[in-house]
Amino acid sequence: MSHRSVLVIGAGPAGLAAARAARAAGASVTLLDSSDYLGGQYWRHLPAARPAGNEKVLHHGWSTFSALRRELEADAGCEIVLGAQVWALETAHGAEAPTVHALIGPVDGIRRSGRSFTADALVLATGAHDRTLPFPGWDLPGVFTAGAAQAFAKGERVAVGSRVVVAGAGPFLLPVAASLTQSGARVLGVYEANGIGRLLRGWLPRPWRLLGASKKAGEALGYLRNHLGNRIPYRTGQAVIAAHGTDRVEAVTIAKLDAEWRPIPSTARRVSADAVCVSHGFTPRLELPIAAGCALDADRFVTVDGRQATTTASVYAAGEITGIGGVDAALAEGQIAGHCAAGGHQGDPVVKAAVAARATFTDFASRIEAAHGIRPGWTAWLHEDTLVCRCEEVSYGRLCSAASATDSASLRSQKLSSRAGLGICQGRVCGRTVEQILAAERPGGMRDGASTDRRPIVAPVRIGELAAAAADQTSSPTLISTERP
Amino acid sequence: MAARLLPAGNDPIRPGATRALSLSVDGEPIDGVEGQSIAGVILASGRLSWRRTSSEGKPRGLFCGIGVCFDCIVTVNGERDVRACQRRAADGDVVQSQHDALPEVRA
Repeated sequence: MSHRSVLVIGAGPAGLAAARAARAAGASVTLLDSSDYLGGQYWRHLPAARPAGNEKVLHHGWSTFSALRRELEADAGCEIVLGAQVWALETAHGAEAPTVHALIGPVDGIRRSGRSFTADALVLATGAHDRTLPFPGWDLPGVFTAGAAQAFAKGERVAVGSRVVVAGAGPFLLPVAASLTQSGARVLGVYEANGIGRLLRGWLPRPWRLLGASKKAGEALGYLRNHLGNRIPYRTGQAVIAAHGTDRVEAVTIAKLDAEWRPIPSTARRVSADAVCVSHGFTPRLELPIAAGCALDADRFVTVDGRQATTTASVYAAGEITGIGGVDAALAEGQIAGHCAAGGHQGDPVVKAAVAARATFTDFASRIEAAHGIRPGWTAWLHEDTLVCRCEEVSYGRLCSAASATDSASLRSQKLSSRAGLGICQGRVCGRTVEQILAAERPGGMRDGASTDRRPIVAPVRIGELAAAAADQTSSPTLISTERP
Repeated sequence: MAARLLPAGNDPIRPGATRALSLSVDGEPIDGVEGQSIAGVILASGRLSWRRTSSEGKPRGLFCGIGVCFDCIVTVNGERDVRACQRRAADGDVVQSQHDALPEVRA
């Protein structure tokens, strides 16, 4: 048995599976999550204050989650630290593994307490968030990400609207429509930007490889049944290209798209709605892997080997940060990562099933990208005054004119000139969009190697909390050293 | 017609008993259910926006719902910049909407 310590960041499917596997391999485990519950966004659920007799109807794999939660909560060898907002990760000179700094307490509170964690190995399982492309009116109240609709349906039983349009790209739109319906909303339609031809070309090759994933196919059939049963239209090759209203959404414009996602103007029609939920995919949360020095692959996911080890010693990664593959891939990767972080090997019998499942379900990631990935023609639905950066209120026109006026090939300098991506969300919402627009404005792309995914301060921190941490550091020698070589 | 909390009687999950709570939002009392986020309580009351942007004064409310976008920030019991979608509401919380105007530039 190992006597190693493993620190797991993120308590979604990948992190929970990693924590359990590391415990099974004999390591002591610390599991951190920024929220006050286990399960992550996938198993977002009602809090203990709102018990329900049949909550499982809102979820897939609820029994898997319940078992993971029960086991970890009962395990004295697994310390669960909730409400832990990690704000920095650093590797002290000569240290084996990075140190993780967190603030613990009520969300964004002013008197959270600082705590620093080190362990023999680190498993990063920070997941992903929705990527929503800008469109005219997307800053109106009543426009939500699909993830918001899902979170409030599952976590609070609040439907974000009563007449709701769901749009964007990817298989995630289906469970979102289902959750909205189950929360009392009327879903007017689900609009998938990709045409049926591309969906089939993406999903159908090598169909025998889908056989192992028959559970997943059953899940998809369940959603289709939900759609038929509730008579929700599912339309392909169409998108919400504008939202209208003065102080809130009153209507949207839906249009057909060509294969590159350019809207076909003659097809535009207006639909009245009081909410619209739009997501075009997911952005992995890469701040911690980048801070740890982990290499990313060409598609900007964390590079891992068969053990789920990153290119940084003692740092492992699992789940959506290694590829958008869904819950089954995340569970398998998490289990392998936790096992290997605790000192096990990927050839051990205990992870044999997980290794096989990983092969089946990571195949999903490439299918999702092939069938649903963002196409470059979408910028044709932008107007000059469409906001690209919501925080700093930078329009498409202003971003492009700043780019052409400065003629700089530096992403960093373009951000400073235009202010795009400099707001309080730290470029999480617009970062990749800004990069894409600037690259299109300047053939050859940006040349400074900068990325909007790099955020050395992982979350906004109050100056008072930093000062308190600094004061602690001078008085307490047990905290990590800030000395540089 | 807007966002709303699904009435327990219509909910297939068979909800158990809940405890009510009340917030003050810009001086107005709003009722919610224990365990809801501040954003959830405000949304379910029919209000969609509770912040004005710095530059153009545009209304904003919930957008990402998972703590990423910071569009929904409010002042809670005097603490600024709290993400309403992430902070659980506590009975008696005093919530104020935020409008941080840009500093004036003199020519």
